Amino acid sequence: MEIILAIITGVLYASGIYMILRRSMVKFILGIILLGNGVNLLIFTLGRITKGEPPIIDSAEKVLEGVYADPIPQALILTAIVISFGLQAFAIILVKRAYKVLKTDDLDQLNTTDEDS
Amino acid sequence: MLGAVLLGFLFSLFLVFAGSYFRGKLAVLSSLIPLSLFIYFLTFLPEIANGKVIYENYEWIPSFGVNLSFTLDGLALLFALMITGVGSLVFLYTSAYLKDHKYLDRFYGYLSMFMAAMLGLVLSDNIMSLFIFWELTSISSFYLIGFNNDKADSRKSALTALGITGIGGLLLLGGAVLLGDVAGTYRISEMVMMRDVITDSSHYLLILLLIFAAAFTKSAQFPFHFWLPGAMKAPTPVSTYLHSATMVKAGIYLLFRMTPILNGDDIWHTILIVVGAVTMVYSAIHIIFRTDLKGILAYSTISALGILVFLIGIGTQAALVAAAVFIVVHALYKASLFLITGIIDHETGTRDVTQLSGLRKVLLPVAIAGFIAALISGGVPPTLGFVGKDLIYEATLHFKDAAIFLTVLAILTKILLFYGGFVAGVKPFMGKLPQKFEKLHLPSPLMWMPPLIMTFAGIVFGIFPGLIETAFAKPIAMTQVIEFEEFHLKLWHGFNTVLGLSAITITIGVILYFTLKPKHNLENAIARLDVIAPKDLTLKLSEGFAEFSRLWTNFFQTGYLRHYISVIVAFLILLLGYLIFSDFSLTLDFSTLADLTIYEISILLMLLMGVLYTVFTKSRLAAVAALGVVGLSFSLLFLFYSAPDLAMTQFSVDTLTVILFVLVLYKLPKYLNFSNKWLRIKHGVLSVSFGILITLLILRVLKEPKNAEITEFYAENAYKLAHGKNVVNVILVDFRGIDTMIEISVLIVAALGVFGLLKLRLKTRDKK
Repeated sequence: MEIILAIITGVLYASGIYMILRRSMVKFILGIILLGNGVNLLIFTLGRITKGEPPIIDSAEKVLEGVYADPIPQALILTAIVISFGLQAFAIILVKRAYKVLKTDDLDQLNTTDEDS
Repeated sequence: MLGAVLLGFLFSLFLVFAGSYFRGKLAVLSSLIPLSLFIYFLTFLPEIANGKVIYENYEWIPSFGVNLSFTLDGLALLFALMITGVGSLVFLYTSAYLKDHKYLDRFYGYLSMFMAAMLGLVLSDNIMSLFIFWELTSISSFYLIGFNNDKADSRKSALTALGITGIGGLLLLGGAVLLGDVAGTYRISEMVMMRDVITDSSHYLLILLLIFAAAFTKSAQFPFHFWLPGAMKAPTPVSTYLHSATMVKAGIYLLFRMTPILNGDDIWHTILIVVGAVTMVYSAIHIIFRTDLKGILAYSTISALGILVFLIGIGTQAALVAAAVFIVVHALYKASLFLITGIIDHETGTRDVTQLSGLRKVLLPVAIAGFIAALISGGVPPTLGFVGKDLIYEATLHFKDAAIFLTVLAILTKILLFYGGFVAGVKPFMGKLPQKFEKLHLPSPLMWMPPLIMTFAGIVFGIFPGLIETAFAKPIAMTQVIEFEEFHLKLWHGFNTVLGLSAITITIGVILYFTLKPKHNLENAIARLDVIAPKDLTLKLSEGFAEFSRLWTNFFQTGYLRHYISVIVAFLILLLGYLIFSDFSLTLDFSTLADLTIYEISILLMLLMGVLYTVFTKSRLAAVAALGVVGLSFSLLFLFYSAPDLAMTQFSVDTLTVILFVLVLYKLPKYLNFSNKWLRIKHGVLSVSFGILITLLILRVLKEPKNAEITEFYAENAYKLAHGKNVVNVILVDFRGIDTMIEISVLIVAALGVFGLLKLRLKTRDKK
């Protein structure tokens, strides 16, 4: 199972970086999102995969025992998802705004701080 | 002694505030500072002559072993008196030479800062404080060389000098740290006792080379000599003080100081003799080709420094005594000649020796000083120069293997120095006075008295060499030579080989002076060889380095985002690739694949399709939709693999993202395919290899056992301590509650940013 997840993580990384390297700003954002998902999956896979045993304590018990999924990667990923949402939302609006002002979608034309060029 | 060292610094600080009062007539008063120090150090003379050594110690950074400890022995006293004595005369001279200069106070500030630093250097008993003062002399020298800072030439020379001596200083620091490490102490007086430990240490050679490099750069030894002629761009008092009498002798001082510590092996002698000999002959020959008085003096200074290094290299008692005496001789005549040159330059406006003649008719006292200085420089009796020259021949004649060869080199150098001294000190005053100089008149006594005083001192010491012997030569020999033997300095040794050699030197020198005239075409001829001179090579090196940095920077700093990212990714691929493949053992365990259910397979396929479709579709809407598919597959994946919280979060966040995208999608530009095919392939290869590496990395890490310590802590305590049954939630809102709070504030900031961007109204200026 882990092998397949590892390969998928690789695919996510590859496509994320490929999209980031494009000149179009929209593709750039899509790349960031894909890369973020790749990182989440990386953390998730490294925390080992457990099927059907969420880290929730039974109502009768007081401690988590037996087979259970590792809660730490989950806590990390949860944080990461939320933060990347903030980033994505800001980036999307920023691109929209930049396009409105600069009339360009080409990252190569955004390599200067001078007003006219 | 601390006060003596600090006085100069305090005075220069004082000038920062009260400088305006010292620009006019009061300027001459500032020479009281070096004068009082000179008298202060004179009072130590009787004690030191009796072989006493005075120590003072002030704690500074005791935990590092760095303290302000000062020592006054024969060597330190010789330098201290030279610094303050020549300093007094130079301070006096400056008050007339730069009279009414608008930055005169600044000049005095730099000069006294330099004096203080130089005093600190020669008095330091701690090699770290010696290093600090060493650097301070370089820095004040930089200000003084570049004093005429409106001239590009001056600025460049100042920079060259700082560069060369600065590199030397850095190497000195290296040598000092190593030396302190090996000896277990930073005190020079204690290192002397650790001599055997140091010379036997495996770092000995490295220490030696570092110390040598520092001394050779500071004392302008070949091939680092070229900064010194450039430094002559400074006003004459600076050339006199720093670049002939004191600062350039700091390297000599260092070698002298290190003699009882490092003088153990043949390599010490060999390097010093070779470098010293090359320098003294090379620059002595240069004298013939110069027509600028300062140029002649600069090269004769370098040559004299070469002689000193050469003598320290020989290292016998006779050689060290010769070096000590020659330091005094050189300071006396070279400082005088520089001051005389300054007067000539000041009065006639030229330093071109081919144009100067007959000046004795208008500048008689200067002519007398020049004549005597030339005699001292040429080693003519009864001056101290004669004593010094005899000592040098004595030293070379008794050097074991190569006595004759070294003596010949010494004689050759001395002949050329004789010639140089006479060209600079006598030639401008002889012959017919050109018409244009007839109206000249003698400048203020403040200018012509200092050289006269110094040259007279040269005669007095020559007639009574016992003064130098008791004051410096013996105390120095006692502390710096391991087996001290009794000796006496004499003007007259009787008829012997040395006297014969002296006679030969003076005769050939006189012949040379009358036959060889400085000519411009000679100077131009040698200028053609500049291409292979160390100066030009160094310049080209530094220019080349600047060009290289420019190309390097432009290569990496293109301003294109994707270029930066490609470089980072490529670097990571190389690094990770090396790490993974250098220890690669992959055993794939396919057995777990048997457990795969149809649900899992279909979700993973969906995910894969979504990703690929996002990348390859040509429509924005399709890409966003595919991205939504990816996100939802993720939620399902999390749900299957025991992470319901993640599934919910991913689901809501992804839905939001897609909605947001779609809302602004029509405000966004159309997809344009900017990049060409080749670039796409290149980026494809780059990203695919990175993806493969990540996959390998995960597989590699999965083989390592997992540390479950922290997990067990949470499993154990989630309910006990935090009273929550959902462990993930408990971690987020309880155990790591503050992190989550900060995370929320990040979201608030992002939300404010989005709000601001949406509501921002651009001014009309920005809209066009």
